[in-house]
Amino acid sequence: MVNDRIDQIIDKHQGEASSLIQVLLEIQSENHWLPKEALERVSEKLQVPLTRIQHIATFYKAFSLVPKGRHEIHICVGTACHVRGATRIIDTVQDMTGIKPGETDLDLKFSLQTVNCLGCCALGPVMDVNGKTHGKMVPSKIADVLKNYS
Amino acid sequence: MPQINSPAELEEFRKGILSKRDPNKPCITLCAGSACHASGSGEVAAAIEEEISKQGLSAAVDVRKTGCHGFCERGPIILIHPKEICYLQIEPKDVPEIVSETIKENKVVERLLYTDPGTKEKITHEHEIPFYKNQHRLVFGSNGNIDPKSIDDYLAIGGYAALAKALTGMTAEQVVEEVKKANLRGRGGGGFPAGSKWEGSRNAPGDIKYVIVNADEGDPGAYMDRALLEGNPHCVLEGLIIGGYAIGAHEGYIYVRQEYPLAVENVHSAIRQMEEYGLLGKNILGSGFDFVVKVHQGAGAFVCGESTALMTALEGRAGEPRPKYVRSNVVGLWGRPSVLNNVETWANVPMIINKGADWFTQLGTEKSKGTKIFSLVGKITNTGLVEVPMGMTLRDIIYTIGGGIPGGKKFKAVQTGGPSGGCIPESQLDLQVGFDELTQAGSMMGSGGMIVMDEDTCMVDVARYFMDFLTDESCGKCVPCREGMRQMLKLLTNITQGKGKEGDIELLEELSETAIEAALCALGKSSPNPFLSTLKYFRNEYEAHVKEKRCPALSCKELIAYHIDPKKCQACMACLKKCPVEAIDGGKNRIHVIDQEKCTKCGTCFEVCPPRFGSVQKISGEPVPPPIPEEARTIVRESKQK
Amino acid sequence: MSEILLQIDGKEVKAQAGMTVLEAARSAGINIPTLCFHEKLEPYGGCRLCIVELESRGSTRLVVSCVYPVEKNLVVKTRSEKVDRIRKMVLQLLLAHAPDAFDLQELAQEYGADKNRFEKEASFCIHCGLCVRYCAEVKKKNALGFIDRGIRKEISFIPAIASKECWDCKECFPLCPTEALQAAFVLAKAFF
Repeated sequence: MVNDRIDQIIDKHQGEASSLIQVLLEIQSENHWLPKEALERVSEKLQVPLTRIQHIATFYKAFSLVPKGRHEIHICVGTACHVRGATRIIDTVQDMTGIKPGETDLDLKFSLQTVNCLGCCALGPVMDVNGKTHGKMVPSKIADVLKNYS
Repeated sequence: MPQINSPAELEEFRKGILSKRDPNKPCITLCAGSACHASGSGEVAAAIEEEISKQGLSAAVDVRKTGCHGFCERGPIILIHPKEICYLQIEPKDVPEIVSETIKENKVVERLLYTDPGTKEKITHEHEIPFYKNQHRLVFGSNGNIDPKSIDDYLAIGGYAALAKALTGMTAEQVVEEVKKANLRGRGGGGFPAGSKWEGSRNAPGDIKYVIVNADEGDPGAYMDRALLEGNPHCVLEGLIIGGYAIGAHEGYIYVRQEYPLAVENVHSAIRQMEEYGLLGKNILGSGFDFVVKVHQGAGAFVCGESTALMTALEGRAGEPRPKYVRSNVVGLWGRPSVLNNVETWANVPMIINKGADWFTQLGTEKSKGTKIFSLVGKITNTGLVEVPMGMTLRDIIYTIGGGIPGGKKFKAVQTGGPSGGCIPESQLDLQVGFDELTQAGSMMGSGGMIVMDEDTCMVDVARYFMDFLTDESCGKCVPCREGMRQMLKLLTNITQGKGKEGDIELLEELSETAIEAALCALGKSSPNPFLSTLKYFRNEYEAHVKEKRCPALSCKELIAYHIDPKKCQACMACLKKCPVEAIDGGKNRIHVIDQEKCTKCGTCFEVCPPRFGSVQKISGEPVPPPIPEEARTIVRESKQK
Repeated sequence: MSEILLQIDGKEVKAQAGMTVLEAARSAGINIPTLCFHEKLEPYGGCRLCIVELESRGSTRLVVSCVYPVEKNLVVKTRSEKVDRIRKMVLQLLLAHAPDAFDLQELAQEYGADKNRFEKEASFCIHCGLCVRYCAEVKKKNALGFIDRGIRKEISFIPAIASKECWDCKECFPLCPTEALQAAFVLAKAFF
């Protein structure tokens, strides 16, 4: 991401240090990850120590310091989904994609992440791929869902 | 857009809106909340627009996309006004019939109505459906009537009358008194009396104060704040401004988790519209009171739902809680007096101002007044959001409203209060829901998550699940939480994997005590609750796991084996084909056998075996029977013998 | 500055307003064990070792003395069955990370903490935060900080800053109770 765009985002939040998290969220949302150079630029412009930015970028789950895959798989592990068998869904997706939650595969095809409660408890267990919700998931349905993504 | 400069102008404007609305004009409302959206309400909405336009009814029929109705199990939901005909589980292909029959011919489409599972009776009107009939939807009820993106809709149902009354007809002290008298207790988890909190801030020294909406809703399984913020952001904002007036704050913050994009969007649009009308900004309604609101998004940390951590996050830091020896309503955000309350708490305020504390205290128990919205989820027939008066029994909520446990399974426990709460067993189902009542039972009200569990749920695994969740979410600053939970998680995981030892339960109890007594914040202090409450009521399950390496609920993967009963197997090959690791040996007319070495315990075979055969069973605590000899595996069909 | 009278372990202590219970105790020569406390740094309240018992109106409660402000007529007990039990458990949890750390071993002896109560953990760091806070608050260089949270939390040097500042400084090294700091510095060196 170019420095100009980063500067624009920072200016939008009036260059205030308290908006640090909001700035990083915008960069993450546009760029899909936070490169080191972006963190350094933010540190410089907001006059905030890099250690604080690093802490925030690793403390909060929304941020990724590595590029994400083309398709983001989110599996809900909220209590309702858990009780309806979410663990089996995670295990099966893990087996099929070869990656664990928090990881991206080597082809940058899939990124897998667990999330706490998407608010669709009636449809549990829930798996979200690129924002599309797949409800009432069972291990046997997973292959059919994943094969649609190349 | 007109600027509304006084209460009188507000009423004039409201009358203007109402005069342009014909209460008898047909209106199709469609729930567009996130859950229904996931069920396909977006496509239904498009189908409705298309059909209405196709049949030339665009001028004659209103279409309104509303917030969550609560009956999420049966979404997408449509309500046809003015008759309030309720259609459930609508698909786009149902829409032409709805328009032709119900809108044009005033006829009800029976197959889309709710069917009472007992009497098989068809129920036409929403308020007669048992799920809704037994609720008391004071706060949540408006969701079905308004488009959250329309401030005029909110004004049409009486919105901002409370704001006008508070700002121009009451002193700030009177507002605090009213909220105190109503005994409004925090709906986010602590149950702390909001009025006292407001009073503390009001009396704290300092010119700059803040009011904050906690919309971080981190409890997994709880989504009522989401539905409120998505469906009726105005009532939360109205409450917030009233609170600001009460304590002398001119700046409000809404901290909403970024996992709720629709809520973020609707809140922003509500604020924009309020600013246009002059309901935010300088000299609101001519009262001389200024107020602005800023929206901050969370970035994925459960701990930021804790009030001091949330304030630290608002300051642009990692959300590590602070010691609460000096309360945050005196030293809070930026070291200034700050009142932080949950979304639902704020949403109750306009009602209390409009109708008075005496009215509010009529509902509920002695110490828990008003209503509470619960998210009734898990192993329950009618999953959804329910609003009931405090004092209703758990049994009524789970059975009368929730419809009981599906699949003929037996109720085991209901988990309330999220990761800080506990499990309540069958013996306590007649408990009246309330803050103190739930705490005394070993759980707590929390934000209102109510997760129902049945005989297939392993309670040891529930404790491990919550410990896993909390270890992931702990900020890591203090030893009792970070290190204590690290060890507790190891112990609980070992127990669920059959590696539990004598003394493990006692060590868990010791670590629990340390966390409760010495952890820095509420996350750490309440982290042992799920373990302690499941141990209290389900000790036998713990002992089975440790002593017998058996999971009574047949759930813990390492302690169960899948086995095909040769007496029941009909060699239909359903499981064989679906097994992801090809662990099943067999063929047409050859009884299937699972190779235990290859089996990954995914449960697919159990899932796909036709119910009429039901030959896949789960075994725990005893060895798997060896496969029957080859010769015995051939099924001889009677028809072949003819 | 107004004077505040309180009682610690039966002894009358005169403190100034704004002091913490820990500071008041130290000023009176009463010892309370600490790990994450340092006079030059803002109190942290992370290790919980300085926990003490307060008595008021017939009931007791536990507070962390390095962050609890003194109040008039406070009655403080620096040792009790509960306090000792908590300190023992805290030490046992930390000993799993650094069983040979001198400071921990000394305290372990006093409180009867068993270094084998828990299986050994991979990291030496006990998260007292002294290094991070010293570099931020005293040296104002911010050459190292925390990353991540919970059980994944770690200290991490910023190679670009550390390579310029740390060789001539190293003032945080002797602060580290478990030598984890040296390990982290050596590791970061690999990335310079």
